[in-house]
Amino acid sequence: MSENGVLLQVDNLVKHFPVLRGVFQRQVGAVHAVDGITFDIHKGETFGLVGESGCGKSTAGRTILQLYRPTSGKVYFDGVDLTAVKGEALRQMRRRMQMIFQDPYASLNPRMTVSEIISEPLHVHGATKPDKVRERVNELLQIVRLSPDFAPRYPHEFSGGQRQRIGVARALALNPEFIVCDEPISALDVSIQAQVINLLQELQEQFGLTYLFIAHDLSMVRHISSRVAVMYLGVIVELSTVNNLYTDPLHPYTQALLSAVPVPDPVVEEQRHRIILEGDVPSPVNPPSGCRFRTRCPLAAEICKIEQPAWREVLSEHWVACHMVKTGQEPRL
Amino acid sequence: MAVRNGQSPILHVENLVTRFYTPEGVVHAVNGVSFDIAEGETLGVVGESGCGKSVTMLSVLQLIQRPPGKIESGEALFHDKDLLGMSSEEIRHVRGGQISMIFQDPMTSLNPVLTIEKQVAEPLILHIGMTKQQARERVVELLELVGIPEAEKRLQDYPHQFSGGMRQRAMIAMALSCNPQILIADEPTTALDVTIQAQIVDLVKRLRDEFSMSIVWITHDLGVVARIAQRVIVMYAGYIIEEAPVKELYANPTHPYTIGLLQSLPRLDAKEGRRLAAIQGRPPMLYEKPMICPFAPRCINAFDRCWNENPPLINLDGMHKAACWWDIKEEKARNV
Repeated sequence: MSENGVLLQVDNLVKHFPVLRGVFQRQVGAVHAVDGITFDIHKGETFGLVGESGCGKSTAGRTILQLYRPTSGKVYFDGVDLTAVKGEALRQMRRRMQMIFQDPYASLNPRMTVSEIISEPLHVHGATKPDKVRERVNELLQIVRLSPDFAPRYPHEFSGGQRQRIGVARALALNPEFIVCDEPISALDVSIQAQVINLLQELQEQFGLTYLFIAHDLSMVRHISSRVAVMYLGVIVELSTVNNLYTDPLHPYTQALLSAVPVPDPVVEEQRHRIILEGDVPSPVNPPSGCRFRTRCPLAAEICKIEQPAWREVLSEHWVACHMVKTGQEPRL
Repeated sequence: MAVRNGQSPILHVENLVTRFYTPEGVVHAVNGVSFDIAEGETLGVVGESGCGKSVTMLSVLQLIQRPPGKIESGEALFHDKDLLGMSSEEIRHVRGGQISMIFQDPMTSLNPVLTIEKQVAEPLILHIGMTKQQARERVVELLELVGIPEAEKRLQDYPHQFSGGMRQRAMIAMALSCNPQILIADEPTTALDVTIQAQIVDLVKRLRDEFSMSIVWITHDLGVVARIAQRVIVMYAGYIIEEAPVKELYANPTHPYTIGLLQSLPRLDAKEGRRLAAIQGRPPMLYEKPMICPFAPRCINAFDRCWNENPPLINLDGMHKAACWWDIKEEKARNV
C-alpha cells in the first residue's frame, strides 16, 4: 500500500449513533452521522474535509482514529486495518496518529501545568526516559515557538493562540506521522489564525507530517490543502485536487457552498454570482431518500428521490456523487 | 457635527469612553470613540474579540451591565437627543422601537419558554399598543417577510423547534416589528453556516432597502463586511484606528493593522498558495489606558513617535481617516 504513497485508506466507513428512548432505553432510530465515506490520504499531504455543522466531518475524523468504533467499514493505516486491532496493538498504532482539537479552552486540563499536559503522552506510552522528559518538553515548546519558561504554568495564563500551540506540542510529543486537525483555528481571532496555520505548515515540512484538516472555512481549507472532500449530511459529495474543486466544482452543493463564502473585496463581491440555497440541512436521524441533497438542490429531478447517486470519477482525479453530472462538462448553476 | 451629502447623521456618537471596574483591575474597553451614521447607510464595524466593537454599540443603547461597566463620558445624539443622558424609562422607548438590535446567538437571546408569537408580538404590544389580535396578524406578516415558511402554523412553536437560521430570522422579525430607524446587528451570522449566512445577509439587504433603515453591522469577518457595508470602521484596543468607504478601505488600507488583517486572510479567489502574512503578537490587555500607539508592539513600521504618543484619527483624503503616525504611501512619518 505504501508503495503508491497512500498512508490512510478509508473504505465505506459508517458511524451511526443510536437514538434511545423510554425507561428501557429502546433504540428507536439512529443518527446517520457518517454514512459510507471512501477516500485515501497520501503520505505528506494535507487532505481537507469540509462541510457545514452537523455534516459528520468531525465524527469522521474521530472514527478514523478509532476514538469512536465504526458501525461498519474499514480504515487502513499504513496497511493495518485499524478497525480490527484492539488493546495493546491499537495503543501502539495510536502513537503514530494524533489529534488537534477545535477548542483550546476545553481540550487542555485546567489543573495540569503545561509541562504535565505535554508530557502526558510521553508517560502513557513510556516513550521517553523519565530523566529526559523535561528536556523533551522544552524541545517541544521551542518547536511550537513558545518559551520553555512556560512549562510550569497553567493553561488559564495563556491566550487562545498560545493554548492551541500547547495542544500542537502535545500532539507532536510522540513523533506521529498523521495528525487529525479538527477545526484547529475556528475558535481563534483572525490575526491569530494565520499564525497557527503557518506553524502547522512549517511543522509539516519539518517533520513530513500528513494532515487530515477538518474545517468549515473554505478559504482556509483551500489555502492549506492539496486535495479536498466536501461532505453533506454524512456522505462525501465531491472530492478532487484543490485546484479542480475550487475553480471547477461539479456538485451543485459545492457550487452553492463556494458561492456563499464572502470574499474580502467589495469590488469582487459586487460582481459575484451567488447561489442561495433554500431551507436548512435535514435531520441526520431521517436523511432524505436517494440523494441527500435533493431537498435543497435546484437541479433535483425524479431520479434523485429514488436512487442514491453513484460515487464516480467523472474527470481525472475528480470524484462526484450526483445524477445530474454526466460528463463533467455540464453547464453550471 | 460631520455632515455628509448634505444629510445630517441620524446618530452621532462623540468621544465615548466606557470602562469596566473588575476585581482584576479597570478594563479600558472603549477609549474615546466618535462616529456617525447617515440615514439609510450600512456601517460595518470590524475588529477582533475585545476590541470594543460590541461594547461601543451596547453603550450607545445603555445596554452594558452597570456595575461593573461605566460610561465615563461622551454623547450619542439620536435626533438631537442624547441617548446616554436618558432615563431608563426614556431609553426603553428608543430600544426596540426606533433602534433595535439583533445578537450573535439567537438561542440565548430568545426566551426558551415563550412561544415565537409571544416574543415577536411583545414589542408590538409594548411600543405600539396593539391588541393581541392585531399583533398576531402583524407577527404572521413579519415572519413571512423574513422568510419563515408556513408562518401561521409556527406561531405556537418554541425557539428550540426552530433551526439556527430560522431563529435568527425570528429575531430579525422581532427587531423589525416597530419599523426601527436603526438596526444594530452584533455578529448576527457568526454562529451560522455559510449557506445560511448568505441567506441572512441577503435578507437583511432586502429589508434595508424595503424599510430604508440604517444598519450597523458588527463583525470580525472582513468578507461579510465587503458584501454588506457601505462604510467601515476598524477598531483596535478600544479605538477606531481606520475609517473609510468600503471600496476605499479594501483598495487602499492605510493602518498597518487593517493591512495586516487583510493580508492574513486566505482568499477563496487567491491565485496560488502563499504563506499567510500573520500579524505577530496579540492584542493588548486593556488594564491601562494606552499612552502609546496600542498597535506599536505588533507593528512593522513603528518608529519613536509611536512609542511616545498615541495617534489620533487623522483625516486623509476624502472620507478616509486613519490613526497612524506613519504615511504608508509616502513611506515617511506623517507631518501632523
